[in-house]
Formats: sequence, structure tokens, C-alpha cells
Amino acid sequence: MPAPRNSGEPGREGDWRPRAPLEALRRRAALLARARAFFGDRGYLEVETPVLGRAGAADAQLAQFTVGDPVSGTLYLQTSPEYAMKRLIMAGSGSIFQITKAFRQGEAGRFHNPEFTLIEWYGLGYDHRRLIEEACALVAELVPPLRGSARIVTFRQAFRDALSVDPIEDRTERLRAIACARLPSVRGLALDDRDELLDLLMSHAVAPGFPAGGLTVVTDYPASQAALARINPGGLADRFEIYCGALELANGFYEAARHAEYAERFAGEERKRRERSLPAVAPDRRLLAALAEGDLPECAGCALGLDRVLMVAMKAAHIHEVLAFPAESA
Amino acid sequence: MTTYSTNEFKNGLKIMLDADPCSIIENEFVKPGKGQAFNRVKIRNLKTGRVVERTFKSGDTVEGADVVDVEMQYLYSDGEFWYFMSPETYEQLGADKTAVGDAAKWLKEQALCLVTLWNGVPLSVEPPVHVVLRVTDTDPGVRGDTSGGGGKPATLETGAVVRVPLFINIGDSLKVNTQTGEYIARAKE
Repeated sequence: MPAPRNSGEPGREGDWRPRAPLEALRRRAALLARARAFFGDRGYLEVETPVLGRAGAADAQLAQFTVGDPVSGTLYLQTSPEYAMKRLIMAGSGSIFQITKAFRQGEAGRFHNPEFTLIEWYGLGYDHRRLIEEACALVAELVPPLRGSARIVTFRQAFRDALSVDPIEDRTERLRAIACARLPSVRGLALDDRDELLDLLMSHAVAPGFPAGGLTVVTDYPASQAALARINPGGLADRFEIYCGALELANGFYEAARHAEYAERFAGEERKRRERSLPAVAPDRRLLAALAEGDLPECAGCALGLDRVLMVAMKAAHIHEVLAFPAESA
Repeated sequence: MTTYSTNEFKNGLKIMLDADPCSIIENEFVKPGKGQAFNRVKIRNLKTGRVVERTFKSGDTVEGADVVDVEMQYLYSDGEFWYFMSPETYEQLGADKTAVGDAAKWLKEQALCLVTLWNGVPLSVEPPVHVVLRVTDTDPGVRGDTSGGGGKPATLETGAVVRVPLFINIGDSLKVNTQTGEYIARAKE
């Protein structure tokens, strides 16, 4: 097999060669084997769930690829296996993990490819604290130099350290003033939505200050950014994100358990879609049907982006360096 | 009018920003966790040459700028305008001082330049990288010194002043790099 060549114009039809060097493919294979051993040793069951599903993700921030099928109508390429895995948990699967492709439309750049690989797992009887420990152990197993580097910081403290602002208590006007003062690039941008402002500050000013070459675990998110995490007695979400430097690697929840919580948050996302004139998404009625029979067993779940872990392991500057065929040459 | 969504952003795309035509020179997609996605973009203002950073919400649209680069031959200047002609259509256009800018000091009749047009009007002019120009003024040459060490200023026929080796004389033709403003060699004519 001829050596891969990276100089070819991406997207050119004659360019059939892989973008990633073969070394990246070998490293990927090794990571996959190590991840499977890690979960095997801990008694997790490996599962597969459909990549093509009848329901879409509720999350208004995610754009989904749809596939037209003459028999089933519209099908969705899954943005994560979360709903299907929770149905397995409701059916008594116990702790499960999955390594799968996930798809997010419009996400392309140095750290994004519309089709990517996730490791997603659910520890039964876990809370987020125990899952953070396990997730950091997994990342250290996959990238040994990161062992022992993890530092846990609350969302609030991370903002205080970087910007001397309280992202939970301070008023939206103050957040906007700080964004405008610290980030000249936001000139002309409409910033009325509090969560959008927090997202802007997190990605442009807070995360870039996380120590390079080490893991930062951010915990206790604002309730408005809970997704499907539990809300703790302090009114914050038991959700966490693991960063390596400024690069987000993983996102995890102490999982909300009650049917009412899921129904309410799905409805909230649907409202956001309507407000933003985004296409409606078929809700996951089967997940809701499962939860109608009883609470989700106590568990915590996490999704880890394998391509990014491989980027960190190989010190790659672009996700193309670790993908055989990124979207432009797929 | 063309509009572009942020997901069409790529290097070299010409867009309007603050009523000025600009070119994208770097585009980074950033998305925090489950939140709002942004495009962090470095943009060159094609009128001023200044580079600014701008953040867009992913999915936002911007107006495209009708900017094209065409190869044109420099004809002459009347002091106010510099006139160029398309070698293909023979169409002639005048570029003002702002558009020509620093390129003026390198422009010799018939030179093939890259003229950037915005809505059909010259926005900037890029001279050929290498030009051959005659020396109109410099201190007398030092015979025998071909080392190129030291050096002296020389004024060229287009008005540019470059640093040249001591052996260069008035009337010599020099090959010069217009991007660095440096002397390359004496040209045989």
C-alpha cells in the first residue's frame, strides 16, 4: 500500500488516499483495544444500539442528518446513543458501554468532523463523582502522560478565576459587559441569551486558560445547561465536562431519573427549536414510555470523544490528522 | 446578492463586514459542550489591509462581497489615476492612489499586475513579484568590488529606492523583489 500523502487538495475526487498517516490508524486500533479491556475489567457489558433511529435528539443545539426512507419516513442519524442506552438500562442491562459513530450536522473544523467516534458508558449505582474518577482513569489509560493531572473545578470557580465574574449569580448585563470588554471579536454580535453568553465566555475566555497538557474537570453547571443531568440541592446541574487544555474531551451526567424531568426538558428544547425556527424533531416516545414504567435506575453516564483523545495522544493539530477519511474525502 | 452561512466559511471567501469588503484568512469552529456554536474568524479588510478577529454565531449569514482578482497590464499614469488593461478583453480601468498604494513605485509600463476589483472598481494592485528596473541615480560605482558587501541606496526609474551593491552604476538594469523591496541581481539587457 502506498504511503498516505497529505498534500492532496482535500475534496478533489482523484484524491483517494487516507488523510491520516497509517500510524494514526494503528494508534486508534490500540486505543479501541485498551478501552474495551478497561470496561471489560470493570464488568461492563459492551452493547450496540442503532445509528439510524426513528427519534431525534431533543437538544436544540444539535443539527441532525436525516435520511428519507420510503417505508419508515424520516430517520435520524444519531447524535449520541444516549436514549437507546437508557432504554437498555430500563430493561435491566446493568452497567453498559458502547463505542459507536455519532453524527452532528454542520460541525466541522479543527476539532470537529460531522461523523465521529464516541465511547459512551453508564455506571449503574454511580454518581457523577465516582464517574469523574472512572472517566479520568480511562483517559489516563488511553493517554498515560495525563495520569494524575486531573484538577476538578466548579463552573462558577472557573469563571471566577478567569474573569472575576459569577456565572450563576451575576446579572446578564454584567456578563455581556465582560464579553464586550474582553473579546473585541464579538462586536456586532447579538448577545441577549444568557446561556449563549456563558457558552461564548466559556469557549473564548475560560477554557483557553485551562492548563495545557493536563485535565480540567468542570462540574456543577447552571441548571439551564443541565441537559439530562440531575439538579442537585444547590440548584445546579450534576453535569461535568473533561477538558485537556482548552479541548473538551468528555461530557457526563449524574442521570436524571424521573419521567417528568425528561418530558419537561424535551419540551423545553422543543420550545427553543420553535423560537429559533429550527426544524421540529420527532421526540423519543420509546424512551419516555420506558421511563413511564419507573425511574431510571441510579446511574451516571459519560460520552468521550475518541478522535479527540487520539489527537491528544498524537499531539495532532487538526482532527483530519487522526481520521482515515474526514468528511471532505469520505 | 450572495449571502454566505458560517458553514460555508473558508479561507479566501470574500464577505462584507462593516460595509467594507473583506477576505477570510482563518476560520475556527468552536462549540462548548452542549452549547451554542461559534465561528471565530480572522478577516482581512481589503481596503485597509488590516486584520481583525470576529466571532459569529454558527448558522448566521453574512453578505458576500463581489471581489475578483484579475490579471491586468499596467499602461500609464496621469498622476491621479493609474490605468490598467485586460490583455483578454482590452477593457481599461483607472485605479486611484488608495488602490495602487505602495505598488506605484514598482509599476513600469506593460507589467502584468494582479488587480483586485470590488464591484468592478480597483481595490488594490499587486505588482509582479520580480521586476527589472533601470537605475536613475546612485553614487558612482566602485570598480572591482563585486562582493556585494556594504551597499548603497539606488533610485530606480519608477521612483523606488533599493539598497544595492557598491559596483552598481547609473543606467544598470536590476532585478528586484517587490515584496521584500530587495535587490536580487544585475539584469542583462
